[in-house]
Amino acid sequence: MIDDAVLQAKGLTCVRGDRRLFSGLSVCIESGGLLYLHGANGAGKTTLLRTLCGLFRPDEGQVSWNGKPVRASSEEFFSRLLYIGHQPAIKPELTPLENLRISCALDGLYPEAGLLWDILERAGLRGFEDLSAGNLSQGQKRRVNLARLFVNDALLWVLDEPFNALDADAVEILQTVIANHIAGRGIVILATHQEIPLPVDAVQCLRLGE
Amino acid sequence: MWRLFKTIVLRDLLLALRRRTEILMTLFFFIVVISLFPLGIGTDRQVLVQIAPGVVWVAALLASMLVLERLFAADYLDGTLEQMLLTSQPLSIVVMAKVCAHWLLTGLPLVLISPLVALQYRLEDEQIVSMIWSLFLGTPALSMIGAIGAALTLGLRGGGMLLSLLVLPLYIPVLVYGAGAIAAGAVTNAPQQAYYMLLSAFTFLSMALAPWATSAVLRFSLE
Repeated sequence: MIDDAVLQAKGLTCVRGDRRLFSGLSVCIESGGLLYLHGANGAGKTTLLRTLCGLFRPDEGQVSWNGKPVRASSEEFFSRLLYIGHQPAIKPELTPLENLRISCALDGLYPEAGLLWDILERAGLRGFEDLSAGNLSQGQKRRVNLARLFVNDALLWVLDEPFNALDADAVEILQTVIANHIAGRGIVILATHQEIPLPVDAVQCLRLGE
Repeated sequence: MWRLFKTIVLRDLLLALRRRTEILMTLFFFIVVISLFPLGIGTDRQVLVQIAPGVVWVAALLASMLVLERLFAADYLDGTLEQMLLTSQPLSIVVMAKVCAHWLLTGLPLVLISPLVALQYRLEDEQIVSMIWSLFLGTPALSMIGAIGAALTLGLRGGGMLLSLLVLPLYIPVLVYGAGAIAAGAVTNAPQQAYYMLLSAFTFLSMALAPWATSAVLRFSLE
């Protein structure tokens, strides 16, 4: 149901301040692949993820999606991309339901209320759907964010430390969702400093800062 | 595209409704600044009528500066802005929606309250009408131009000061034509239409250029 795609980075070099985070980094991920990004704090994981998303312009090198540079064909690329960053992107004044509806709108999706309730329940937020998100715990906020994984039609998922602040239950849900996405010919790029096993065949590991 | 626009406008209005201080702050600032002048200068009608156009417009400029800094700041801090940059829709739509919501929250209340504060200056009815019109036509331009400045100073320490220095000079045309329109309201057969047209032209120009410029700056600021 999803066409095959490939994300390719060639000779990426990023300098922040006067520190060289990585140089000459090349990586290629195809449909059904998982890229596991390891590295100590400050090794440049987030910078690399943001570069791959086209948010950050590398000092050298290029990222391309199906052979086209991502910064040039941004609309086509962004419609296939789901990025969940370090920050929660959750408004404390809004309820999880409203938060989810807005993130969906930004993805170009307008699901019905019933579906949204359903998804929040699957993300383990039953009973918290219309409570102000400011009252939720870190882990619950994270869950609201991850609920987006259930409802999008993106092909490429870029997840920055998705397992942070999650309890064992949520980690298990997330593992399943990621495995399913990859089984459905999706691509997942994942940065984490935890060792979370994922039942996927085509795993690439990249260790930054060594 | 229109749907995304609507969603963002409603979101920002809802956020402001749940965190009411910001709207009220702008409004009270406007009222207080305008009220200070008659108290300081005295009640000589001729003087008051003379200074009213300038005072009202300067107060409007300063009031709109007050919360400008926060136009993108909250979304920047919690990562929502990053998500907005990654939407497959044009970013200018998102910017336009945010600026519209900002005007509805900080510009429109000033327009609506202005007849009331004008009473302190003992203005004629015609002048009050022209004050409402000039504020209505001119304040959207303030929000639009301000958005560029807010995007430029995003994430800077002490960005607020820099923001005023960047944006206030750009407000000058709006101030000149806006205050001119109110002053012309006092004179019979004065060419008020010309002022309104110039103000509208400025507003439309800023509506056409500012969202596009702001988007470009935001992409740059978030690198």
